[in-house]
Amino acid sequence: MDDSRPIFIQIAEQIENDILGGALPEESQVPSTNEYASFYRINPATAGKGVNVLIDSGILYKKRGIGMFVANGSRARIIAARRAQFHAEYITPLITEARNLDISPEELTDMIRKEGNS
Amino acid sequence: MTAAIEATGVTRRFGSLRAVDDVTFSIEEGAICGLLGRNGAGKTTLMQLLTGQDFVSAGSISVFGQSPVENASVLQNVCFIKESQKYPEDFKVKHVLKSAPWFFQNWDADFADQLVEEFRLPQGRKIKKLSRGQLSSVGVIVGLASRAPLTIFDEPYLGLDAVARQLFYDRLLADYALHPRTVVLSTHLIDEVSNLLEHVLVIDNGRIIIDDSADNLRGSATAVVGTKAAVDEFARNRQVLHRDNIGGISSATIGTLSDDDRKAAAAAGLELSAVSLQQLIIRKTGTTEKEIEFSA
Repeated sequence: MDDSRPIFIQIAEQIENDILGGALPEESQVPSTNEYASFYRINPATAGKGVNVLIDSGILYKKRGIGMFVANGSRARIIAARRAQFHAEYITPLITEARNLDISPEELTDMIRKEGNS
Repeated sequence: MTAAIEATGVTRRFGSLRAVDDVTFSIEEGAICGLLGRNGAGKTTLMQLLTGQDFVSAGSISVFGQSPVENASVLQNVCFIKESQKYPEDFKVKHVLKSAPWFFQNWDADFADQLVEEFRLPQGRKIKKLSRGQLSSVGVIVGLASRAPLTIFDEPYLGLDAVARQLFYDRLLADYALHPRTVVLSTHLIDEVSNLLEHVLVIDNGRIIIDDSADNLRGSATAVVGTKAAVDEFARNRQVLHRDNIGGISSATIGTLSDDDRKAAAAAGLELSAVSLQQLIIRKTGTTEKEIEFSA
């Protein structure tokens, strides 16, 4: 957990990461908020708030009396949402730092291509 | 949600000293709340007032809707673990565990036994022969196993080692999840507990200076680092909590920043970094008003 952002947002992102990475496949059951709370050592109410963010946005859904599950098609939706933020969160800071280091756009593209091929 | 504790205009005077000075706040039922502040800030006095062990000079306190003073129906639902709890002479650990159910109707003896084992507490040893850390773990065990609807821990872990503190946090979270209740935790180890807290009260010189949810406080201050000129420019017209200079580099701790502020800071070549809850509280309680004026 980092200090700059609310913990419940970080929990929601972590669950999204698990869905993206395949640790939580679609239609699989998600750990309970209490399990998240004890695993990440956070307040259960905070864990519940993070889970609720994902329920509200339809990434997770509740089965009454059973638990929470990953909704069908949620992986594609997370990818779409993350792609929209990709430019601001990764490209802009990358370019800024590259400029500070006098790395030319050509050098930068070369680096990315090399990294992508390895 | 209903409030477990409501304090209105509470003041406690000792002669000319106002240990608690006109404080008003409420604590929601079922929340884990941190009561934080420096030594002598008024934390313990406030907790004694909340549990009916001391009397207000002015104002009113209600716990579960009633005054706690000499009120059995309130006090049987309250467990107050004091930093320096006194036990009868010749009491052994097992006597404490045996007498606890007389005071706490929700007492779980199995849970207490499990904790005694986990904290490696010698049951047959006299309380006054225990080390400081072991004495603290007696309090922690009583506080957890009592499952009181309102449990107040005043510096519960003086002398507890890191393993025992982690054990306390883990058991508190797990048991709180199964048996939700209101917990007030007073401590100096802010970084260790900040993730456990839902609500934060900070008391300084007898006054409440922060009363907010932990989520709101997180990210409510940011450290801005860069060249002195750039930081000066950025800090103008903003609330500056703290200022440090080294060489031509300056660092300022600034209040809440919007996304636009962040972009402006990045464009001005400033580095932003998060300020932990502990740092935030040090900034807010560590400086006198004079110092703030001086640095501004």
